[in-house]
Amino acid sequence: GPLSERHLMDVRLGELPSWLATCNFSPQGLLGGVQKAWNSYYDKYINVKRGGPAGISMLLAGYCLLSYGWNYQHIKCHRWRKYH
Amino acid sequence: LSAPLVPSAPAALRSLPPPAAVGVLHATRPLHTTQQCPAPLPPLPEKGGEVRYGLIPEEFFQFLYPKTGVTGPYMLGTGLLLYFLSKEIYVINHETVAAACILSVIIYGVKKFGSDVAAFADKLNEEKVAKALAVKNEAIKDLETAIEQEKKEQWRVEGRSYLFDAKRNNIAMLLETNYRERLLTVYNEVKKRLDYQVAMQNLKRQKEQDHMIQWVEKNVIQSITPQQQKESIAKCILDLKALSKSAQAA
Repeated sequence: GPLSERHLMDVRLGELPSWLATCNFSPQGLLGGVQKAWNSYYDKYINVKRGGPAGISMLLAGYCLLSYGWNYQHIKCHRWRKYH
Repeated sequence: LSAPLVPSAPAALRSLPPPAAVGVLHATRPLHTTQQCPAPLPPLPEKGGEVRYGLIPEEFFQFLYPKTGVTGPYMLGTGLLLYFLSKEIYVINHETVAAACILSVIIYGVKKFGSDVAAFADKLNEEKVAKALAVKNEAIKDLETAIEQEKKEQWRVEGRSYLFDAKRNNIAMLLETNYRERLLTVYNEVKKRLDYQVAMQNLKRQKEQDHMIQWVEKNVIQSITPQQQKESIAKCILDLKALSKSAQAA
């Protein structure tokens, strides 16, 4: 289909800049994008009849990674070796 | 009082401007613009997306399968892990130990009690769905009984003509009975009056007869002089003797 209506996963690497150009980067657009992403994640992993730990465990893992990244400057001080 | 007002009311109403509410409503909130969707909502999917080891979606493995086969993602994971450790992008400190302990406890808990909790949640869900279904079935049954009763009523309507015929017959009979009762009353009354007249006439004749007889008897008795009385008695005795003689002879 047309470039602006495809999902990110269906966009080829070469078309990525043009796809980004068609995106709506206003606050409403960004909010809409976030809403759509959350809805698709929710419908796929949480809003099912017999879910498992996968739905929230992935969210928790993402949160762990994010918080590690935010605190990396502080954690760098506790390295074991001086040269890597 | 009200009659002269009534013809003027429609004219007065017509002279008013058309109500503005319709236009305002139309501008602010158009109703029924989306297409009505008659089909029921699609049911929830049974299972969520496949996730390996609770962390990495299956699509990642499928994405790498054509190029690297089955072991590709694991090699990638091992390589990345060793890289992070060796370059100390991931630093081992007290948090690592804490994370290891917490993760082991969580995994143990999930593996042991996961199925029980899932069964309990499924039961709750089942009860909710069953209640809703029960309400729906109840409503459907009620409506069906209502439909049947309505059809019965419609069938009953067809018997109207019989009902009215019976009522008409009843009324005709009542009228007839009443008419005959009245005829009988009339007859009785007339007969009573005629009987009265007849009785009167009879009584009158009777009285006249009696009176005449009495008067004749009185006069006859008055006219019987004592001389005649003696003569008649003597004649009677002579007759009696003659009779007794004839009787003795016979």
